[in-house]
Amino acid sequence: MASPPDDQRPFGFETRMLHAGHIPDAATGARAVPIYQTTSYVFNDADEAAQLFELKQYGNIYTRINNPTTAVLEERLASLENATGAVATASGMAAQFITMMTLLQPGDHIVASAHLYGGTYTQFTHTFQKLGVTTTFVEPDDPEAWAAAVTPTTRVFYGETIGNPKGSVFDIAAVAEVAHAHGCPLVIDNTFATPYLCRPIDHGADIVVHSATKFLGGHGTSIAGAIVEAGTFDYSQIPSIADPSPAYHGLRFYDTFGHHGFLLKARAETLRDTGSSLSPFNAFLLIQGIETLSVRMDRHVANAKALATFLDAHPQVAWANYAGLPSSPYHDLMQRYVPKGPGAVFTFGLHARNGTDVREDGKAFIEALTLFSHLANVGDARSLVIHPASTTHQQLSHDELIACGVRPEMIRLSVGLETTDDLLWDLDQALRAISR
Amino acid sequence: MGSGSGLACDLTLNSSLTPELRARYQDAATVRRILGDAKTIAIIGLSTNPQKASQFVATYLKYHGYRIIPVHPKAATILGETVYPSLAAIPEPVDVVCAFRPPAACPGIAEEAAAIGAKALWLQLGIASAEAGEIAEAAGLDVVMDRCLKMEHGRYSGTMHWVGMNTGLLTAKRARSWV
Repeated sequence: MASPPDDQRPFGFETRMLHAGHIPDAATGARAVPIYQTTSYVFNDADEAAQLFELKQYGNIYTRINNPTTAVLEERLASLENATGAVATASGMAAQFITMMTLLQPGDHIVASAHLYGGTYTQFTHTFQKLGVTTTFVEPDDPEAWAAAVTPTTRVFYGETIGNPKGSVFDIAAVAEVAHAHGCPLVIDNTFATPYLCRPIDHGADIVVHSATKFLGGHGTSIAGAIVEAGTFDYSQIPSIADPSPAYHGLRFYDTFGHHGFLLKARAETLRDTGSSLSPFNAFLLIQGIETLSVRMDRHVANAKALATFLDAHPQVAWANYAGLPSSPYHDLMQRYVPKGPGAVFTFGLHARNGTDVREDGKAFIEALTLFSHLANVGDARSLVIHPASTTHQQLSHDELIACGVRPEMIRLSVGLETTDDLLWDLDQALRAISR
Repeated sequence: MGSGSGLACDLTLNSSLTPELRARYQDAATVRRILGDAKTIAIIGLSTNPQKASQFVATYLKYHGYRIIPVHPKAATILGETVYPSLAAIPEPVDVVCAFRPPAACPGIAEEAAAIGAKALWLQLGIASAEAGEIAEAAGLDVVMDRCLKMEHGRYSGTMHWVGMNTGLLTAKRARSWV
């Protein structure tokens, strides 16, 4: 096929990291993205005002629904994920909540990977149950387990590109095929990979959600989330999108807006009604982070590989779960879905020693570290460490912990951008400290 | 404007057309020329139901200054505009014929559009007919298919961006309307 004309050039990922979604404004030419710290917007005239509320015009109404700074973040993420559009949210949990409340009605059912962030597991299990939505968790590696969990009310499949904290790599294409065979969209949480390492839509996912708090923002400054959608799924059999909306005079979002239908409903109904919108200032900080995403992710991955390799070979370490290690059971899936590297979050466990509790050893190890910040987050530019069983996954029962892949001795690292040798030194000295 | 305008736009998303048909019937420069030159747009299949896509498109275009002429077999007025039963019945020049009709109806619409001297045939999102395209092109009309007039105007005038959609536009020049 001939190359496209110059004015239809498909630009590269790094170019879009810096430019997609932001054209310098006509009045000032400001090169950085301006922060539109405003709640509301003056209408041109009464007709425009009415038509904006009817969704017949595109435009800004109220920052709970949209905002010009946030729109730059949204279009940029959509471009990087090869998606039709995006809705930014106040957090990653809000992105999941809005996605599910846009797709589902009471009585509906989710089939989800068992390898999920603990907060997601709790949201699906307990909060959604209050809304009449139930979830079946399955071992993600077996496509037949997904098919077997489908019921007549199943409306959506859900998984994480790289499962937190187990580090499993999700077979997106295989599960998408099962989901589509059952008329369901596949939602993928792409937080740990970011669109630089994996673009789930390219493999058949329909909706991508992010905790943008993590590597997208990249500096640990802002809580944020995003919903990104391919615009290719046929929602005509999903009643919540296809049926007339009582909140918009019987508007059928999918019939009227086509490939924009899901996202416009998510924005104009669910985001509007849940109020979990992103602050424009936080959107600005996220945009700053995304401008350097590829450079940071390459370095995050290089550091993570070095540390995982070191720990895997260390005599005090019982196991290290990083799909970038050749010994990982996920190495083949890693090469298919995240060939540049499976992110920078991984887990390991210490050997039990005679007369000591392996959990106490883990705590002592964390205490002995100098450079790793002990806190509940991942994807900061700085290196982070935590013990999931007593913190992020604490609400889970013992059986739920095992199902999620959280072992009592597990220590999770989020590897930052520091000098590699300094991070290796820190791990080494902390291991020596607890062996005394 | 075409290349050299300082704007590039990747329009490959969300189309059912093959790459060859996209290059022929979703050309960015053609889309912008149609939007920029058109004053009068006849809309075949404009619904009387305010919640149908055709009403969203017509309302949008009317607000943005285009003259809208509804073509409908029964209605008298839609959106305050006089309705005509056919393209041939419209007593004034038409620049663009926009169709919200099934693909099978489109070759006939292409012939009628050529007969009234329209400059462009536009088949809305989800509607594609190679036969209609060839008839209209042979008569010298610009042809776009499987694209939405509202979305494309919103893309190039900068408004679709406000609702978080991927416009595919990319430039380091100052913003203006590229319609």
